[in-house]
Amino acid sequence: MNDTRRGWEHLAQMPDAKGHFGQYGGKYVSETLMGAISELESAYKHYLQEAEFLAEFDEDLKHYVGRPSPLYFAKRLTAQVGGAQIYLKREDLNHTGAHKINNTVGQALLAKRMGKPRVIAETGAGQHGVASATVAARLGLQCTVYMGEEDIRRQAINVYRMRLLGAEVVPVSSGSKTLKDALNEALRDWVTRVEETFYIIGTVAGPHPYPAMVRDFQSIIGREAKEQMLAQVGRLPDALVACVGGGSNSIGLFHPFVNDADVEMYGVEAAGEGVSTGHHAAPLCAGSPGVLHGNRTYVMQDEDGQIIETHSISAGLDYPGVGPEHAYWKDMHRAQYVAVTDQEALEAFHLLTRVEGILPALESSHAIAYATKLAAARSKDEIVLVNLSGRGDKDVHTVASLEGIEI
Amino acid sequence: MSRLDARFASLKEQGKRAFITFITAGDPEPKMTVSLLHHLVAEGADVLELGMPFSDPMADGPVVQKANERALAHHMGLSQVLQLVVQFRQQDKSTPIVLMGYLNPIECMGFEKFAAQANAAGVDGLIIVDMPPEEADEVIQVFEEHDLAPVFLLAPTSSDARIQRACELAKGFVYYVSLRGVTGAQVSDYQEIADQVAKIRKHTSLPVGVGFGIRDGATATAMGRHADALVVGSALVNCVEKYATDPHTMKQAMSQVMRDIRAAIDGLPALEK
Repeated sequence: MNDTRRGWEHLAQMPDAKGHFGQYGGKYVSETLMGAISELESAYKHYLQEAEFLAEFDEDLKHYVGRPSPLYFAKRLTAQVGGAQIYLKREDLNHTGAHKINNTVGQALLAKRMGKPRVIAETGAGQHGVASATVAARLGLQCTVYMGEEDIRRQAINVYRMRLLGAEVVPVSSGSKTLKDALNEALRDWVTRVEETFYIIGTVAGPHPYPAMVRDFQSIIGREAKEQMLAQVGRLPDALVACVGGGSNSIGLFHPFVNDADVEMYGVEAAGEGVSTGHHAAPLCAGSPGVLHGNRTYVMQDEDGQIIETHSISAGLDYPGVGPEHAYWKDMHRAQYVAVTDQEALEAFHLLTRVEGILPALESSHAIAYATKLAAARSKDEIVLVNLSGRGDKDVHTVASLEGIEI
Repeated sequence: MSRLDARFASLKEQGKRAFITFITAGDPEPKMTVSLLHHLVAEGADVLELGMPFSDPMADGPVVQKANERALAHHMGLSQVLQLVVQFRQQDKSTPIVLMGYLNPIECMGFEKFAAQANAAGVDGLIIVDMPPEEADEVIQVFEEHDLAPVFLLAPTSSDARIQRACELAKGFVYYVSLRGVTGAQVSDYQEIADQVAKIRKHTSLPVGVGFGIRDGATATAMGRHADALVVGSALVNCVEKYATDPHTMKQAMSQVMRDIRAAIDGLPALEK
């Protein structure tokens, strides 16, 4: 079936001129930020069409990030699962250990072009903070990273990495002291030092143009994967699987396939202790439309419209909102959104480590967990492509302490 | 004539500037809010701004953030905020009330339901911090149907085009944010206030309020010269925080802040007509 018949033909052209994906997206920020957002929008429109900028971005991805990342056939995992063939897109092999660097390289180049001497970022697990501090060090930019007090406690090694890279890490003690509060604090910083500061948002959320811009920078994942599939296997995969927190690694993999209507897409949210317990981070599966952090999207909220606290074993998925393009794709049924629990993710973490010798990030372990379920139900000539978005070294302490082991 | 327009007209008649005060509904606890509002009016507030608590107040500084957290600890939702306005209106039918907050709780309640209830409760205007003019079309129409004035923020970084657009949509007054930052921060450039307010006046005859940085008589004198109204929030919310368990002392502290600022406002040179 082609996408015209399914009503998907317009998806590749989103967002519209005002940054909307249907009813989602937009620019829901205070007037104090609108000047900065407009400035960024012009720069984004200009440079993402400019051959010189794109060439520099490609060079950096190749020589600094280490792209292209391999497409790897997980032979023993496939045999163990006993169904469809499982391929892994190895974003864990990028410099700094996750897909996050693709976007921070792009945004830092943009910051430089815009003449901003200072970048700021929010971080949950610390991966985006490390990726931001890394590119700031490389380009000689000042860097301040906001991180919830709770996350600073959980991710001490990443905090130290950021400081080694010359970044200032500012603890955030308001609200739930996690990623969403770090984002609030970064927005407050931006408003205060707006003219000199570039805010590197780590995911496909926030006000327009961030969801579109971060997607464009992360789409390298899907473009490569497509070429690699055709070169290595001679055809496109039947299904794509990626974890969804804010949604940048998943949109990065999915977007280049949006017009390939026969390629199914599965975004995997964090079910935490189980979606029915309320202790989860699955706004697409169990939330409702609302406005948070500059865009309309699915959010986790109570009956008064207050944003509620989330739970996931994985700090990178522990966020009550999600990128607006995913919200739209959910409503349009272009992708399906599912959730796996902490326990299932942990099992997948061990499984991949043991049978393939690859330690996945807990975020990516959610994708692995769902992919094994999906593959088990499919025939052996089908192909499931999973985005292995990050490596698990940062999670070794978490996993050990959950299992009562002291390191 | 709406309560807001009437209040500004009568102040203008007397050659006075408006003193707008902000506190958060339900802070430090719901049963104190109405009494605090009456107290502010008694000490010279001309217009009351009442904060609608939100879990993620991204344009607010630490003082107002904590006020939101204290109010939310008492489950202060929008319905409860509107209940407080109903109670206030039992004794005060003339002081305009402008609610200030963020979009999500309103959207969650439903624009139509919220606007109808707000109007019935005696609310006069709305400041929705994260709803700039470009996202406001649907909401503004609903507000208009229910006689609620949409008050828009303008900033030092607002372009001429944005000033014009906000002025076209605004009713009641226009709120100029005097600094680059969050509520309760410090202003460093007074000339910029004069310049931006002059630009705003080219596009509207509505009163122009200045806020986000006035905390005492001295800052009111320095920043208020070009404004029709001065907004004070964090300095009052500070009193609430400091004496949260001692309402009597809290009110005394607020009185002191109010008198200092009221005297400064009334001591400013008359506005050119």
